[in-house]
Amino acid sequence: MLEHNDDLLRIENLSKFFSVSSGLFTRPFQLKALQDISFTVKRGETLGIVGESGCGKSTLGRCILQLLSPDEGRVLWLGEDIARLPEEQMRLRRRDLQIIFQDPLASLNPRMTVGEIIADPLRTLMPEVDAKGRRERVIKAMEAVGLLPEMINRYPHEFSGGQAQRIGIARALITEPKLIVCDEPVSALDVSVQAQIVNLLSDLKQQFGLTLVFISHNLSVVRHVSDRILVLYLGRVVELASGDDLYADPRHPYTRALLTAVPIPDPRRARQRTIDGLVGEIPSPINPPSGCTFRTRCRHAVALCADKRPPLETVDGGRLVACHRWRELAVTAAQ
Amino acid sequence: MTNVLVVDDLDVTFALHQAEVKAVSDLSFSLAAGETMAVVGESGSGKSQAFLAIMGLLARNGRAAGRAMLGEVDLIGMPGDRLDAYRGKDIAMIFQDPMTSLNPSLKVRTQLAEVLVRHQGFAPDKAGRAVIEMLERVGIPEPVKRASAYPHELSGGMRQRVMIAMALLCRPKILIADEPTTALDVTVQAQMLELFKTLTDEFGTALVLITHDLGVVAGVADRMMVMYGGRCVETGTVDELFYDPRHPYTLGLLHSTPHVAKRAQRLDPIQGLPPSLERLPSGCAFHPRCAFRFETCFAERPQLLPVDGGARGRACWYQGSLKHEEVA
Amino acid sequence: MAGLTGKDAVLSAYAEALANAPKGRSLTQDALRRLVNNKAALVSIFILVAIVLFALVGPYLLPWSFDKIDWAGIRKPPDWEKGHYFGTDQNGRDMLARTLQGTQMSLIVAAVATAVSVVIGVVYGAIAGYFGGRVDALMMRFVDIMYALPYILFVIILVVIFGRSPVLLFVGIGFLEWLTMARIVRGQTLTLKQREFIEAAKAGGAGPFTIIFRHILPNLTGPVVIYATLTIPEIIVTESFLSYLGLGVQEPQTSLGTLISFGAPVAEALPWMLYTPAFILVLMLVCLSYVGDGLRDALDPKDR
Repeated sequence: MLEHNDDLLRIENLSKFFSVSSGLFTRPFQLKALQDISFTVKRGETLGIVGESGCGKSTLGRCILQLLSPDEGRVLWLGEDIARLPEEQMRLRRRDLQIIFQDPLASLNPRMTVGEIIADPLRTLMPEVDAKGRRERVIKAMEAVGLLPEMINRYPHEFSGGQAQRIGIARALITEPKLIVCDEPVSALDVSVQAQIVNLLSDLKQQFGLTLVFISHNLSVVRHVSDRILVLYLGRVVELASGDDLYADPRHPYTRALLTAVPIPDPRRARQRTIDGLVGEIPSPINPPSGCTFRTRCRHAVALCADKRPPLETVDGGRLVACHRWRELAVTAAQ
Repeated sequence: MTNVLVVDDLDVTFALHQAEVKAVSDLSFSLAAGETMAVVGESGSGKSQAFLAIMGLLARNGRAAGRAMLGEVDLIGMPGDRLDAYRGKDIAMIFQDPMTSLNPSLKVRTQLAEVLVRHQGFAPDKAGRAVIEMLERVGIPEPVKRASAYPHELSGGMRQRVMIAMALLCRPKILIADEPTTALDVTVQAQMLELFKTLTDEFGTALVLITHDLGVVAGVADRMMVMYGGRCVETGTVDELFYDPRHPYTLGLLHSTPHVAKRAQRLDPIQGLPPSLERLPSGCAFHPRCAFRFETCFAERPQLLPVDGGARGRACWYQGSLKHEEVA
Repeated sequence: MAGLTGKDAVLSAYAEALANAPKGRSLTQDALRRLVNNKAALVSIFILVAIVLFALVGPYLLPWSFDKIDWAGIRKPPDWEKGHYFGTDQNGRDMLARTLQGTQMSLIVAAVATAVSVVIGVVYGAIAGYFGGRVDALMMRFVDIMYALPYILFVIILVVIFGRSPVLLFVGIGFLEWLTMARIVRGQTLTLKQREFIEAAKAGGAGPFTIIFRHILPNLTGPVVIYATLTIPEIIVTESFLSYLGLGVQEPQTSLGTLISFGAPVAEALPWMLYTPAFILVLMLVCLSYVGDGLRDALDPKDR
């Protein structure tokens, strides 16, 4: 059962629906944000979650932390289902599960000082720590993320985006969590600062023995930080593989299209390569296509794809792919 | 090749409560007909403000000085009503968020036809046909149907295509695109960049691509200009700057950009933060973050000088090889 | 693996020392600085403070009290020798003393009613906005119903049941004014709760009331303060109107509205009876509106 112990977090058949009402007298309809998602996060790894807008990646991050409660399925944290826990009991687990947000300034309360913001989770999650202990932890957390502790009494608006993101990271670290969900942590930052934050996260992961779930639309960044990568399309898992496998040999046509669409900062290669130009844009999740949701943009779609939803198959020892035709396509890709 | 735009000593200043802030200083460059030039920089580098100034679209507290010659006319300091004769006709601009430039209460066809009626004196029905044709050329499926839609009924990528169609209606000599793909998904971004490539070839339009993403630059641009603290720090062809950067900032940007095909153990970012324009460092504005700095950098500002007597230029005091230092 | 828990003497000493680390500029301080730079608002604040001080202290400095009748000086124009600096009314009472007392009364009504409306409106609106859904729908429908009731009727019923008492007047007006405040606060809360720092607080285990009181309410200061400064003149005018109808404060107590209502019919014969209270009322309203404008600019610098 060693393998089982490695699983810090296991998601089983998770679904999340939102009801959207368009008017007072029309029946609200359901937006299926996530459907039948299953995966595990192993202790000490970084799991990347990629997908384009509307694929449900942020919703998934919030379902892991129970900031949104899933409608179906289980969220097993250390073997215990936390999806149905009452909030008082969930609170006891929150010190292990933290989050970093996309918009660094919007994620900091503008009326509180940096010290108050970073210490805030301690007040409810670790009431046993007194004011002095809180201050000492805040200082250590600030040093860990590369902020000068002298800034403890300043306010968020006095900081730039990169520094504000460091404050957000310090707040996530303060309870010494086991897992941190990073929801697009560098998307709003300047390029040179992005790289600093990416490095900081990997340093902190080493230093504190963290496990990370790294959500981003930027495949280059995800590739850089992740051990394994989960690809989402319209609320479903289309592929899950180790980073190297996924980039070297993508099995799902969507993954392949995504990878060729990523801009490469290398002019000669950028000119040479052919982009697997996906036609059109992502369909609305309110009314997704029948069968395989990707078929409307897929060059390889056949009649079967419209009729039947492809199951998520386990292939090559541990990889997951959801495509009817992945075998044939793998052969053509190899030729 | 002839130059369609020649900018000379462009300065942009903004009057704030207490002080004047210089967003762009001594910017000079020229744009040849049909070429694609990328302008790369981080927030506060002045990359957008420089081109807003050329378009006469600065915020009210902004002031531009210098020259921007569009053929024989100088756009800087020209009153708005005279600028309107050139804006949209000879030089057009598109933005990151298309909704800011589309009127939400007018149908796509109406808005686009208006441009033709005003600038080219088209009859309304002829303008309508030209609009449909243009929508088709920018890759909008079912252009007749989409033309009768309101902007909010279109997806982000469609809106950006509509903006491009609108910008190209009068066959401008220059198209300025300010972060045109930043808000789009990668797959749509790829479609959009392909579109830019085919359109510039087809129409012979010179494209200025303002972006922070070096990946976007590599695929599309011929030449690039790197800006920092309101100044151009390095300029040259894309290949020159990517494979042989001569300014430490360009090098740092390249090292900061993760590459999808490589998994380096660590990125090698530039230290520190982009400077605030209100408190630009003395001497070379990049010196606080530069690994190659020495005494001169603190005191004196380097000029943008030609490199190897060629067309490329850089503004840096350091004479050694950047590559060598990196190995050591 | 270094955690955050390790303790040592150096760290403790450092933590102590950092209690005095440089203070940042809070948003409130920023706003105050901008307000002080606004000349019109600053002058208005000085005038308002002067009026308030004079209304509170003035009566002790005058030779006549507001209810003392000078049988020798009924309906007299200003007379400096007898100490009637602004004349007397039909009952021989000193106009200046009465105006000061009326100002006092109007200010108290405004302050109490505004306080009542702010407290009820903010808490009600924040709860409705934060919980949303059915709670919100029910709470806001109640507000709609309250809006639909004609408030004059409401006040008349109150007066009939409880008699004419100034306290009742304060509370009554306060209970009417909180409706708009509740709507404004609810709207602001709806946008605030989408912000990521609210999610961050939830991830930090904060319960709904901690979030409302610690994270939402402090960020509502701007709109609440601005709307409260707009509420004060509204209440002064409402009070004047009710007094004009005879539903306000009772003789010999008076308010600005009562004084104006007595002065208006006789304005041609005894102009001083109208001008003194009217001048104070207009001055106060103008100043309050400048202060409100100034606060809006100060708290919401983006709009400029």
